[in-house]
Amino acid sequence: MSKTTAVSKVDLTKIMPYGDTMNDGQVQMSFTLPVPDGDEAWEAARQLARKMGLDEPNVVYHRDLGIGYTYMIVYGKCTHSVDYTKIHVTKVESNVMDRMECIKYMEDHFNRPVVVVGASTGTDAHTVGIDAIMNMKGFHGHFGLERYTGMTAINMGSQVPNEELIAKAIELKADAILVSQTVTQKDVHITNLTNMVELCEAEGIRDKILLLCGGPRISHELAQELGFDAGFGPETYADHVASYILQELVERKRV
Amino acid sequence: MTSKLNLDKKVIDSARNHARSIAESMQSFIDEHTTVSTERTVLRLLGVDGVDDVERPLPNVLVDEIKDAGGLPRGVAYWIGNAIRKTGKSPQEIAEAVARGELDVTKLDQGSVEDARKAIEPYVDESLAKIRKQTETRNNYLETIGEGRRPYLYVIVATGNIYEDVNQAEAAARQGADIIAVIRTTGQSLLDYVPYGATTEGFGGTYATQENFRIMRERLDKVGEEVGRYIRLCNYSSGLCMPEIAAMGALERLDVMLNDALYGILFRDINMQRTIVDQFMSRVIIGYSGIIFNSGEDNYLTTDDAIEAAHTVLASQLMNEQFAVLANIPEENMGLGHAFEMDPATEDGFLYELAQAQMAREVFPKASLKYMPPTKFMTGNIFRGHLQDALFNLVAVWTGQSLQLLGMLTEAIHTPHLHDRMLAIENAKYIFNNCRHIGDEVEYKKGGIIQTRAQKVLKDANELLAQIEKDGLFATIEAGKFAAVKRPFNGGKGLDGVCTKDDMYFNPFIEKMLGGVK
Ligand code: B12
Repeated sequence: MSKTTAVSKVDLTKIMPYGDTMNDGQVQMSFTLPVPDGDEAWEAARQLARKMGLDEPNVVYHRDLGIGYTYMIVYGKCTHSVDYTKIHVTKVESNVMDRMECIKYMEDHFNRPVVVVGASTGTDAHTVGIDAIMNMKGFHGHFGLERYTGMTAINMGSQVPNEELIAKAIELKADAILVSQTVTQKDVHITNLTNMVELCEAEGIRDKILLLCGGPRISHELAQELGFDAGFGPETYADHVASYILQELVERKRV
Repeated sequence: MTSKLNLDKKVIDSARNHARSIAESMQSFIDEHTTVSTERTVLRLLGVDGVDDVERPLPNVLVDEIKDAGGLPRGVAYWIGNAIRKTGKSPQEIAEAVARGELDVTKLDQGSVEDARKAIEPYVDESLAKIRKQTETRNNYLETIGEGRRPYLYVIVATGNIYEDVNQAEAAARQGADIIAVIRTTGQSLLDYVPYGATTEGFGGTYATQENFRIMRERLDKVGEEVGRYIRLCNYSSGLCMPEIAAMGALERLDVMLNDALYGILFRDINMQRTIVDQFMSRVIIGYSGIIFNSGEDNYLTTDDAIEAAHTVLASQLMNEQFAVLANIPEENMGLGHAFEMDPATEDGFLYELAQAQMAREVFPKASLKYMPPTKFMTGNIFRGHLQDALFNLVAVWTGQSLQLLGMLTEAIHTPHLHDRMLAIENAKYIFNNCRHIGDEVEYKKGGIIQTRAQKVLKDANELLAQIEKDGLFATIEAGKFAAVKRPFNGGKGLDGVCTKDDMYFNPFIEKMLGGVK
């Protein structure tokens, strides 16, 4: 009989996937190869898996897709590890205040309304995200920016051209612009967001305004890469957005 | 059919009567107006096609010129009929001459309406014959190679490239799909023209063009013959070019078209006057061509709550039914929409979904109900998503839905990948087969959760319709009663393309199609 050994402890400098035993590296994935179902297709999948760093790849399911392509579910053991202790993620750096705290913060720091304008821009017709942040009703029990006394929040709706959103921001001397992007197919959001930054620069307002974007596939890191001040992904509420805007405005002495 | 839900027939009749009177009062508004897109549709049906040297579609060139000259209220049929008489040219030749700047149809001597009618008639008849030929082809396929069993398996392709789309569509058909819908690229609904030719660039969908329709139709016929099942093709007759796309669909033998003015108003901010007028001509074409139309009530539940707003879906289905009646669409071709969109965390949510779907079936016994899958509560957890889709499939087979738009496990992430469709089809086939006769076997408890829920939704829909009948549909939309979205009567896109008809106006297609010309 083998000796009962204690469960091995995780080494945070070398973490790898966990199935049922520490460092077993178990990975499950699925994909399609544009070749007919058969031994060659399965072997191709195994070779690909090895190139992805998976040991002992195993095609556990395969199916012909009707046009000479094959769908496969593949298991393997990951041979790579990462150092968890060295990970750095860019996050929006601000204390999250709730709505009442934000209102108080505005009373304490601003002697004028804080103005934000937002829209779902370009050809994007999805409004639920921007509405969740801006509209009175809010989302999951968090009221939207329209309910923040001391703040003027204008939601322009969807399919708003970048030019119109910028024009509105200039007209209202807005402190922040909020852009929502949901459709990401063929990176249409990247093109549109990049265009937004360029237009703001061309209009000479880029330094005078906070530029924020959000959507299901948006991260703070991506937003910054594209030239935005901040980006917000899923599970964002008005509280996060207001907290960031207000603290950033105070930081930049635009009160 | 006896009601399994114990629905009160008097309440159904009352709701339907309110809906009829709403549709009829809208119809008097529609009858007084026309739009640029309705007029371009007349041109397309007359065979006007192609683009000018700056890529402007000829129907636009001609209608814009007539509009600028103040001639829109009389309708293009008059101007073209008159021009045929004066120049001896065909509608296409007239359009080309106008595009070259050689002809201005509003500057010719103006003959009588009767003469214009006579001159245009052969072109109208030719066009109707073409459409009837397509209907015959469809019927012939249905009789010879047959079709899939209901609920039809309905899947979407959306690569943006028509040549990629046909491969995805072929794969889906071989996997068992009965209906292929090509969804449109973002932005097309707001274009006030229909792009021309085959296209390879779209976002979240592919451009609806006549050539793209043709390419897809050809491939589906071929695959259909091979798999021994007629494969239906679906696209969107919606947006600013709603009736033009219906005409293209009729000419290229589409079988199913999404067509709903309310969707355009609420989700694309298209002006309500514009699109309600456009919807009429599109539905007349759809009715004449034997196309199944799909209404878009399911979408309300993406911005509103599926439990709270369930009655708005039923109310809208009843109105859509009556609008369709006025356009001569047979009940069998009414693809009224509804959806499985309740929060999966709801206790007994499945029972409410079952109640809603069964109710739709009982209120519209012959309609080709279009049942939409969960979308809003789909998440990155594709495994749970697959289960949500399974429950949706179970409700569909149980309640006898007709067009089953299959849910994709990856709904929250991207438009469907090749294998997502296969998994969705497999899911549906498994459940449909395994539970085929469940609806015949199971009855609902008298006064139980399911019956009580359905009766309440029906009662609320009846009350809402009574209110709409009083306030008017336009005012109801202005007040935000549908999808929790408010739209102003004079707001939105496309209003400048609407005008009141003058007393010489005529639209030969609407007349003949409604008259059921054979
Ligand atoms: C509802 C919905 C619709 C509704 C939209 C109604 C409306 N008025 O918004 C309707 C039915 C109209 C619709 C249409 C289309 N849709 Co749609 N839709 C969805 C669906 C089901 C849910 C999206 C949603 O409402 N999420 C809920 C909100 C609250 O989440 P969120 O947007 O992520 O927002 C949160 C955060 O991201 C953040 N946030 C968002 N924006 C912003 C902005 C700022 C400034 C900040 C700070 C934060 C922030 O805060 C929010 C709250 O936490 C998704 C699928 C899914 N389950 O995700 C598809 C989905 C988004 N749609 C999709 C597509 C392709 C379309 C169409 C293009 C299809 C077509 N070809 O016709 C059309 C749109 C046409 C167009 N011009 O855009 C795809 C997108 C694929 C992709 N990755 O590109 C999806 C993923 C479905 C799919 N798998 O195909 N859709």
